[in-house]
Amino acid sequence: MTSVPQAEPPPRGSPGRRLSTFLFRHDRIRLGGLLAGPLGWLVVIYLGSLFLLLLASLWDTEPFTSEVVHNWTLDNFKRIFEEPVYRDVAWRTVSMAVYVTIADAVLAFPVAYYMARVASPRTRNILVVAVLTPLWASYLVKAYVWRTMLGEEGIINWLLAPFGLELQGKSSLGLWLSFTYLWLPFMILPIYAGLERIPHSLLEASADLGGRSLRTFLRVTLPLVFPAVVAGSIFTFSLTLGDYILPTLIADEQFIGTVIYTDRGSNLPVAAAFAMVPIAVMTLYLFVAKRLGAFESL
Amino acid sequence: MVESRLTRVLLRLGAGATLAFIYFPLFVIAIYAFNENISQTWPIEHYTTKWFGVAWRDENVRDALLLSVKAALGATAIALVLGTLAALAVSRYRFFGKETISFLVILPIALPGIITGLALQATILNVLDPIGISFSIWTIIIGHATFCIVVVYNNAVARSRRIGGSLQEASMDLGADAWQTFRFVTFPQLRTALLAAALLAFALSFDEVVVTIFTSGAQQTLPIWIFTNFGRPRELPIVNVVALFVIFASIIPVWIAQRIAGGGLATERPGKGAVAAAIDAEP
Repeated sequence: MTSVPQAEPPPRGSPGRRLSTFLFRHDRIRLGGLLAGPLGWLVVIYLGSLFLLLLASLWDTEPFTSEVVHNWTLDNFKRIFEEPVYRDVAWRTVSMAVYVTIADAVLAFPVAYYMARVASPRTRNILVVAVLTPLWASYLVKAYVWRTMLGEEGIINWLLAPFGLELQGKSSLGLWLSFTYLWLPFMILPIYAGLERIPHSLLEASADLGGRSLRTFLRVTLPLVFPAVVAGSIFTFSLTLGDYILPTLIADEQFIGTVIYTDRGSNLPVAAAFAMVPIAVMTLYLFVAKRLGAFESL
Repeated sequence: MVESRLTRVLLRLGAGATLAFIYFPLFVIAIYAFNENISQTWPIEHYTTKWFGVAWRDENVRDALLLSVKAALGATAIALVLGTLAALAVSRYRFFGKETISFLVILPIALPGIITGLALQATILNVLDPIGISFSIWTIIIGHATFCIVVVYNNAVARSRRIGGSLQEASMDLGADAWQTFRFVTFPQLRTALLAAALLAFALSFDEVVVTIFTSGAQQTLPIWIFTNFGRPRELPIVNVVALFVIFASIIPVWIAQRIAGGGLATERPGKGAVAAAIDAEP
């Protein structure tokens, strides 16, 4: 403890002192003072904006000038449900999110398992930092590197050439690979945390009772770590659903993000209505994830 | 050890392969920064450091860098104040709706960035513009501060819970007023946590692009400069250099933050800390 400087307390009657005493006696007011700023900011600016987005999805546009008109209408939602383009785009995006999530879970498992069960504590700490650091390296730069690598004469095709394979410059496969890369650490960390929480005694008990490694893994480890996988999938799923930069760079097909991005200037109400799709999908996903116990793994 | 020898060898190989996959692209961009040729083909024929000089002298890059730094400083300052206040309220008091605060703080980074961006854009165009606040550095700062609050909040709550409130009470009992208690007791206890949080918030704001595109109008932060120059083949050598710079500019503050927080961000509480940091890093 450092010694507290002997500051002369202000005289009892000073206004500052009186305010301080008042606050001390009324701790609800003190609490209100603490919360006013942050709550005000988040509720007014953030929730207010989200509410405005919801309102905007019910607005109309002038067909010729594409000026926003504040008439209430459900036409934007009708359009999204009825025009096959929007349905296809939504379906394509959700499928991509599923494939990316599966690939990330498969890739993340060995690293997470190695970190949690095999590595020494020292190696483990190094690995956690090694997995965590690239998360902070600019997302945009990583997206850009993948575009460079996936170019017609990029390093990926150079590596594939000896096997007689070639990847098109812009392809769903390339996009899938890039998404899988970008969100991988978000899957590794929850699985690692989940594996670490499994008591070692359970695995030993399984072995004592005659369970072989594979059987122990399938019947004990996997069910126990499953909520953690679901927790990781919340990130991989949500991030894929909302992304517009990677598809712009790497794919030639439209995704939810790219449609919202291009529509935002020409037709804000339709963009806002389409933005409700990822919100709805994520709400449903979070509901299911909660039932599977994923929130305890966060 | 339950795992057999073979399993462990296979796991080690699998882990090594995944780590190689994670780091491979970062090495590729580092090499490309030294590519002399304007076309970005592989293998690289000639190496040079000349693009570093070209990038440094580029007016647009400099302006974008300056704007990014200013916006990140502004957003960090606001997030520090608001995040600390919210953290003190949540860690010291019991009140109705306490759980909601944590949820509300995390929402701006939990929802896909495009939602946050589009919502803020709608507000800027429909509410702020009519009252005279159009796209400017302030709209960028407002957006960034909103999703940076969570970083400060998480760090401050964790520290505040660990140290408890008894020293504050002792200080008040000994006759210090609220300001003196904050100045001489609470703040020194939170200082390193807040410094670490400030570095993380700066890093988060500095390379953010998904929300920024919606809140910046015609201005260019450094990531937006990169984004707009993807499509200009002649600028790509400069983009490579700037990209490498941005990687370091966002990783170095995080490393320092981890050191300051005594490794508490990633290693002290491996599970929760790591996941919390992962949540913070969401683009």
